[in-house]
Amino acid sequence: MARKPEKKKQEPETTGHSWDGIEEYNNPLPRWWLWIFYLTIIWGIGYTIAYPAWPLINGATPGLLGWSSRGEVAEEIQRFKEKNAEIEAKLASADLTRLSEDPELMSYAINAGAAVFRTNCIQCHGAGGQGAVGFPNLLDDDWLWGGDIESIAYTVRNGIRNETDDARYSEMPKFGEILEEEEIDQVVNYVLSISGQEYDAEQAALGAPIFEENCAACHGVDGKGNRDFGAPNLTDAIWLYGGDPETIKETVTYSRFGVMPAMGLRLSDAQVNAVAAYVHQLGGGE
Amino acid sequence: MSSEERPASLYAPQEPIFPRRVKGRFRTLKWWIMAITLGIYYITPWIRWDRGPNLPDQAVLVDLAGRRFFFFWIEIWPQEFYFVAGLLIMAGLGLFLFTSALGRVWCGYACPQTVWTDLFILVERWIEGDRNARVRLWKSRWDFRKIRLRLAKWTIWLLIAMATGGAWVFYFADAPTLARDLVTLNAHPVAYTTVGLLTFTTFVFGGFLREQICIYMCPWPRIQAAMMDEDTLTVAYREWRGEPRGKLRKGKLDPNQGDCIDCMACVNVCPMGIDIRDGQQMECITCALCIDACDEVMDKIGKPRGLIDYMAFTDEKIEREGGKAPSIWKHVFRPRTMIYTALWSAFGIGLIVALFVRPEIDMSVAPVRNPQYVILSDGSIRNTYDVRLRNKNGEDRVFELSIVSDQPLTMRLEGEEGLSVTVPADSTKRQRVYIVAPPDSPAARAERVPVRIWVEDTTSGERAYNDTVFNGRGK
Repeated sequence: MARKPEKKKQEPETTGHSWDGIEEYNNPLPRWWLWIFYLTIIWGIGYTIAYPAWPLINGATPGLLGWSSRGEVAEEIQRFKEKNAEIEAKLASADLTRLSEDPELMSYAINAGAAVFRTNCIQCHGAGGQGAVGFPNLLDDDWLWGGDIESIAYTVRNGIRNETDDARYSEMPKFGEILEEEEIDQVVNYVLSISGQEYDAEQAALGAPIFEENCAACHGVDGKGNRDFGAPNLTDAIWLYGGDPETIKETVTYSRFGVMPAMGLRLSDAQVNAVAAYVHQLGGGE
Repeated sequence: MSSEERPASLYAPQEPIFPRRVKGRFRTLKWWIMAITLGIYYITPWIRWDRGPNLPDQAVLVDLAGRRFFFFWIEIWPQEFYFVAGLLIMAGLGLFLFTSALGRVWCGYACPQTVWTDLFILVERWIEGDRNARVRLWKSRWDFRKIRLRLAKWTIWLLIAMATGGAWVFYFADAPTLARDLVTLNAHPVAYTTVGLLTFTTFVFGGFLREQICIYMCPWPRIQAAMMDEDTLTVAYREWRGEPRGKLRKGKLDPNQGDCIDCMACVNVCPMGIDIRDGQQMECITCALCIDACDEVMDKIGKPRGLIDYMAFTDEKIEREGGKAPSIWKHVFRPRTMIYTALWSAFGIGLIVALFVRPEIDMSVAPVRNPQYVILSDGSIRNTYDVRLRNKNGEDRVFELSIVSDQPLTMRLEGEEGLSVTVPADSTKRQRVYIVAPPDSPAARAERVPVRIWVEDTTSGERAYNDTVFNGRGK
């Protein structure tokens, strides 16, 4: 018996819903899909029991597994500490002058030092180590207290002009209380002359003996400074507070007293060495 | 709504499908494709390829930790990801090409879901018998025999699934080492998790979900349907020849009826559980097994083959009016497919050319902008650059850097005495480079001047350069 092709597809089932003659086709979802939906609900409930979820007045339910994002971070930090314990110990007791002989340790020190620097140093020395007025630029080739890696490590550990015993210390007198203003103007002109700037030759000539008498003890007869006292080189192009006549006059009159905390109090030996290695390779290291 | 009427169910139970065994040219083609694709999948990670002492010797390896992709003689670095983008574009164009010419040919022949389901059905048929035996077993009570057969089938499925998941992870690590580690329980948890997940999905998708994946989960059928046109070849039923259908009477065909003897062979072999005689439908993956099944029947009753056949929509119109449809090659070779082929080839050739001309050394220069420049004690201006030197060779190489500029600039490397630096084999070295302009020189006073940094591999003489700028004081 002949029969027409089936009509199944041409006349789809409807859901039986009818509004103003508009009917809805029934394209049923597979049953397993429904079961997966129920499973996700059960999973969701289980999840809120196992993990911190329900908000309470002070915090939230802790969850049966005792998991927390803070705990996870702490665990991760702990894991890294354990992983790095060996190389940290090696770095803490390393001879810094021979650091470059061990590329692995060197690489670790520089990367760890960059992290230490970003956390502890950039507040004054800037994110790039470029410093600011009163805070030395660590990138250039001019160092107040020495730019070899051990000197840098010492400065980091003990700081400058702070209350600790091993801090680097020096104090420039307030020459406003010692010299007449006229004499200060003369010595400023002398300093301008040795640093290659515009100056009044007459004044500078008068300032030379004043300089020799009052300043040369720390800054040297030639004005090139002395690292034992952290006395800046006055002949170069780098000025911590500014090299214009007004600023130099202010410095001479009122003195300066730049302070750096002893970072050794809050950093480990390995961290001090790491940040010294990092600073040393920023471009100015000696 | 009347209270007597029950609303239709919103959820449909999965209809069990028991595809019957079939023989024919498309089935044979599919066996070959299955053997080749599965063979490639399982064997590839075990092929060795010597690259020297510093590089892995696995022919195809995705080295996630080292961020490298190795493919025989080709090594792709992360910054060469455009090759992958190019391959994806080719895959997309290939999809357009094949879909516009042959419809869902990917679904029917090459899709892993189809291939693994085919393999699982093969196992099913081997253990439980062909269609009728399987239907009987499905309906029968859970007795010892049924449990034994089901367990046997599931065990073999599970083994195939594990081999599938197992083979996948070999693409991401040295296969022999990982195989040993997996067996001795020394492998990384990620490896076990990956194997476990893929085992699970292969087992469930190939064994139980099968056509449900294609109908409900896969976006492909719907995308592909949008790319087909009236010249696209699809599997179709010659309704004008087959209808009115009817059973054979005493082994004879009623002269008033069509060629279709309603033997249900096409429905019984269909892995998607549809009736192709209802016309083209979303579920059809064009696996062509119904063509094989029908041809077999047509041979038996002495009618010409092709009651179910690959056909284009335009053929249908012509044939209904009694004309003769053009050869299928006319449908395959037409402007649309030619353009796709041309575009696909153009990308392919472009990628191959790019592969051959790409350098073995590479450099990128990033000026340090914090600060832009540093004043040195003698008043000269220094700029710092982070330079990344890439050595794609299998051995260490000494790279020599130099600058080209119309300014009297000098260069210095951090931590190095001269201007050369050793870059280890197959790696990137990050080197800090300083460029200094003398005090009050034009470069020191300018806002910025262009600088070209050159790098030369002192062994091969290969050179590369990078243009950057030197920032002066601007006053």
